[in-house]
Amino acid sequence: MLRRRPSIAALLEDRPPELLAVSGLGSCTWDLCAAGDDARNFCFVGAMGQAAPFALGLAMAQPERRVVLFTGDGELLMSLGVLATIATRAPRNLALVVLDNESYVETGGQPTATAGPTDLAAIARGAGIPDVRSVTASSALPELRAALRAAEGPLFAVLKVAVEELPLTLPHSLDGVTAINRFRDAVLSPAG
Amino acid sequence: MEAADEIDWHRGIFEVLRAQGFSLAAHVPDAGHAPLIRMCEASAEVDCVTLTTEEEGVGIVCGAWAGGRKGVLLMQSSGVGNCINALALPAICRIPFLTLVTMRGEWGEFIPWQLPMGQATPGVLRAMGMLVLRAERREEAAATVDAAAALAHNGRQSVAVLLSQKMIGAKVFEAG
Repeated sequence: MLRRRPSIAALLEDRPPELLAVSGLGSCTWDLCAAGDDARNFCFVGAMGQAAPFALGLAMAQPERRVVLFTGDGELLMSLGVLATIATRAPRNLALVVLDNESYVETGGQPTATAGPTDLAAIARGAGIPDVRSVTASSALPELRAALRAAEGPLFAVLKVAVEELPLTLPHSLDGVTAINRFRDAVLSPAG
Repeated sequence: MEAADEIDWHRGIFEVLRAQGFSLAAHVPDAGHAPLIRMCEASAEVDCVTLTTEEEGVGIVCGAWAGGRKGVLLMQSSGVGNCINALALPAICRIPFLTLVTMRGEWGEFIPWQLPMGQATPGVLRAMGMLVLRAERREEAAATVDAAAALAHNGRQSVAVLLSQKMIGAKVFEAG
């Protein structure tokens, strides 16, 4: 069983300038923020189910960048259909990393469907995503880190992570306009 | 002057969107949008994304804007209800968001199941803070979309254009 914050930190180690990160609401946003503030991150704090569609639109608009989505099992389960849309569009520069702790931690730890029979990797495969990986040990993270930067996408990775109570790390701003302006400026700046 | 029934309003909408630099169309198919969808699919400059549900289109259009591209969501009025919570994203971030909604459940509707969402559509969109424009006649369809697209991107607003069922023509079903 992996630990979520060290896993994200490992995947973002020596982050290349072209890597854009999006996080789904809840724990993944706090985790991405805990890995260090970065203008190339866009962190959802609401609109559950929208992180993967947003990442798809971003990847389509920025084919020369790498787009990595970090989201949770609960957030993704709300919009499973988007996996079919992503598989059909097949953006080469998009990777989805699901931190699956099999529970809705933010709301009291109620089990998600992945605590039972539901297998997100199998769903992604069935949706038609060609590169699907399941990661259960930190020894596999360096290979995934390399894949997030270079492998032909779309890529879908499920990390089975422990349920942990972690300190809340908020984004640079909870104001949406401030957050999206900073992110968009970073995305569209030629230096980035 | 062109007779109203000869006006290719789908072509008119396509041309104003292209002229404003739109290059992405996300849609759940609707018969009323079918000619416009065909034009988008035939265009090398437009990426046409078929969605599994309308709210995906909200995130895709917003993500595309963050990456510097203009997109539009094409849907039927029944899809508007699917988008409600997703519309928090363009609302709170003031992302220019444009959607063109083909109306059902109004003029000449044959299927009663279309009535609740069709009748609720303008109210639902306004409740989420969207500006709502409406085209009733073929002559005004392209100009209305032109104005809405400019309003969305110049003003960083969420804007919907309702394309009336009277203009589109109500679906006619043969009794089996």
